[in-house]
Amino acid sequence: MTEQTLKQWLLTDTPTSRRHAKISAFYQGWLSFRSNTMAMIGLGILVALVVIAAAAPLLAPHDPYVQDLGNRLAPLGTEDHIFGTDSLGRDILSRLIYGARITLYIVALVALIAPVAGLLVGTISGYVGGWTDTVLMRITDIFLAFPRLVLALAFVAALGAGIENAVLAISLTAWPPYARIARAETLTIRSSDYISAIKLQGAGALRIITKHIWPLCISSLIVRVTLDMAGIILAAAGLGFLGLGAQPPSPEWGAMISEGRRFILDHWWVATMPGLAIFTVSLAFNLLGDGLRDVLDPKAGE
Amino acid sequence: MKMLEVQDLNVWFGSGRDRVDAVKHATFDVAQGESFGLVGESGSGKSTILRAITGLAPDWSGTIKVEGQAIGHKRPKTFFKTVQMVFQDPYASLHPRHSVDQVLGETLQLHGFRDIDARVVRLLDDVGLGQKFRFRYPHQLSGGQRQRVAIARALAPEPDLLLLDEPTSALDVSVQAEILNLLADLRTEHRLTYVMVSHDLSVVGHMCDRLAVMKDGEIVEVLGVDALRHKNAEHPYSRHLLEASV
Amino acid sequence: MSTLLDVENLWVKFPSRHGVFDAVRGVSFTLGRERLGIVGESGSGKSMTGRAILRLIRPPGIVEADHIKLDGVNLLDKTEKEMRDVRGQRISMVMQDPKFSLNPVMTIGDQIIEAYRLHSKASKSEAYAKSLEMLEAVSIRDPERVMRAYPHEMSGGMGQRIMIAMMLIPNPEILIADEPTSALDVSVQRQVLDIMDRLVKERGMGLIFISHDLNLVADFCDRVLIMYAGRIVEVCDADKLHEAKHPYTRGLLNSLPRLDDPRDRLDVLKRDPAWSEAPSVSGRV
Repeated sequence: MTEQTLKQWLLTDTPTSRRHAKISAFYQGWLSFRSNTMAMIGLGILVALVVIAAAAPLLAPHDPYVQDLGNRLAPLGTEDHIFGTDSLGRDILSRLIYGARITLYIVALVALIAPVAGLLVGTISGYVGGWTDTVLMRITDIFLAFPRLVLALAFVAALGAGIENAVLAISLTAWPPYARIARAETLTIRSSDYISAIKLQGAGALRIITKHIWPLCISSLIVRVTLDMAGIILAAAGLGFLGLGAQPPSPEWGAMISEGRRFILDHWWVATMPGLAIFTVSLAFNLLGDGLRDVLDPKAGE
Repeated sequence: MKMLEVQDLNVWFGSGRDRVDAVKHATFDVAQGESFGLVGESGSGKSTILRAITGLAPDWSGTIKVEGQAIGHKRPKTFFKTVQMVFQDPYASLHPRHSVDQVLGETLQLHGFRDIDARVVRLLDDVGLGQKFRFRYPHQLSGGQRQRVAIARALAPEPDLLLLDEPTSALDVSVQAEILNLLADLRTEHRLTYVMVSHDLSVVGHMCDRLAVMKDGEIVEVLGVDALRHKNAEHPYSRHLLEASV
Repeated sequence: MSTLLDVENLWVKFPSRHGVFDAVRGVSFTLGRERLGIVGESGSGKSMTGRAILRLIRPPGIVEADHIKLDGVNLLDKTEKEMRDVRGQRISMVMQDPKFSLNPVMTIGDQIIEAYRLHSKASKSEAYAKSLEMLEAVSIRDPERVMRAYPHEMSGGMGQRIMIAMMLIPNPEILIADEPTSALDVSVQRQVLDIMDRLVKERGMGLIFISHDLNLVADFCDRVLIMYAGRIVEVCDADKLHEAKHPYTRGLLNSLPRLDDPRDRLDVLKRDPAWSEAPSVSGRV
């Protein structure tokens, strides 16, 4: 019975306090997200990834850096090394588990930098208009015109190889599409009656952008970022593969593939296992993004 | 005293070859406490006059005086404590992610009120909504309820002049009656002056004391409500409009 | 009077997370060669009724009925492919806003000609001549210029006339008009109505006119169904609408401000829950 009343409290149309209204709105979003099985699978995989990364020292059967040259390139299912060992005899499973930390680190950093930069540039450009818009959008165009990986390569070459620089390079190439989306949304929001109404209360540009335009742009950006995450992971892996991202002996998945490439014909699992990990996480982000779009995108919703 | 005086108002959009003159040489005045109607077909410039008064249409020339004071192109914050507006479509005039409480609270905060909680409660009572609507989001409200929230928002700064841009044209007739009654009550209670734009002559006839008929951006005639009821219009266009809206 | 369309016990259901929502609940009516008005407020199910006849309800919506007979043939038994021949060919529909119904990147002429040749094997020049004739039929003065124009160059009233012209080309037996004039100014409204009226009379079509405007329907139609919460609450002759009995219809009529009858306060409709419980009134003749 208590469960029933809690559910009613959450689903009510007449919330009794600010907090109640927020919780109730969140719960309704969760319900519609939950009804999407594929998105739930995606979320499950990502939660598992976070747990694995957090508990890496407990879960990993071996130290990911310890070499055992006597046991190098052990095949799948070898005792004590389920996923085999790499060319230096390191346990692949342990390296994958520790690699989850690096992947999450990259994902989190890019997700913090690129959309925020895009949101700032796009909303300011869209709301202010005129010269500001022209200048900001031409800069965006310039960034868009470069091939992504080539631009990232140039940045890494200039700044030096390493995870942080790879993240920076990826973010620099990733923000322009977000700026475009945010600008397009701002242009439609700007001319709506509710923005006119708040202008008539004497609200300034800063308040309108941060309190009225951002909340509406953010949801579509979140969706877009989750959908792009797969590409970002792949770009990070690509940089790692080219030797410009994470440096050995760090167990970054792209770098692991790069190492395994040399043995791909005789010892395929060395490159395949990190490849499968990248594939799974990318897929999870795509599924999650699709589910989030159903919940967050106001246009598709009504 | 005159609440609003508009003299030789021109409003245009765009420039050069794309320039569109939406309002041409409009002149009218509204006395304190009066309810004045602006009628005309779509594109006649009636809503544009309201947007020019509030500053939402930036390109205008002529004189606009509110309470005897001429207003410039940049409006001071205090202007919005005197003049407020209710928009046509209640489905578009409320932020989809803000609850009623947020909408009214932010408005009150912007106007520098301190006792926000008490005022939100009072505003909701004033527009006949009551407390149970306070924390709802727009999608949890019907069209009439949304328009009540929009009216409450316009009343928040305690204005003297309320501009109503087709406040009921997006609503069902039964809801329209409720909103029109509410507006009439609020006018007496708060001693408000109304300028109401509508394409519906019977609504204007019900709400207003005098009205201006607009065609292609120009005011062709100013009538008293009795002349409207008895169909005593002078200008051929006003007569035509009267005949068409039986 | 011959019966063109016979609808018996029509339901439109939308399953949702909170259970099934019934937009239309057991509506029955017939349509002869007449102008039948359906009035009601938003959410009363009037538009859904019109769409359900053409089976235009999108999934997850479900249409159920004992039958929807067009000349004695049940439309519910037809396949989707057969339905496509019925839509446009035998029953046409005019929507509220012409802007969304015309293709913005094709000239009006091309669109009408295409619509015409879809239904008959006419040559291009025949189709062109027929299109001109159609535009003239809806009182468009300069049809050749209009044929070359794009939809955005047209005013609302023109656009709606063009839509009507397009709908009439295949010579349908029934025209369903869903709020065809509510986006138009009053003076243009009249003209569009006159055109529809003349076409109905000359061609002997059946017209279903869906509107929220009681006065308009009383003025324009022969017979009126008043809908409330998915049901028909009252059926009456249009010229006797102002003598309607049902408290809902009365309430709607009284809530309208009137120029010839000034009042300080308008009557507010008090909704009685019993109205939505009561069984649907049959609109059959």
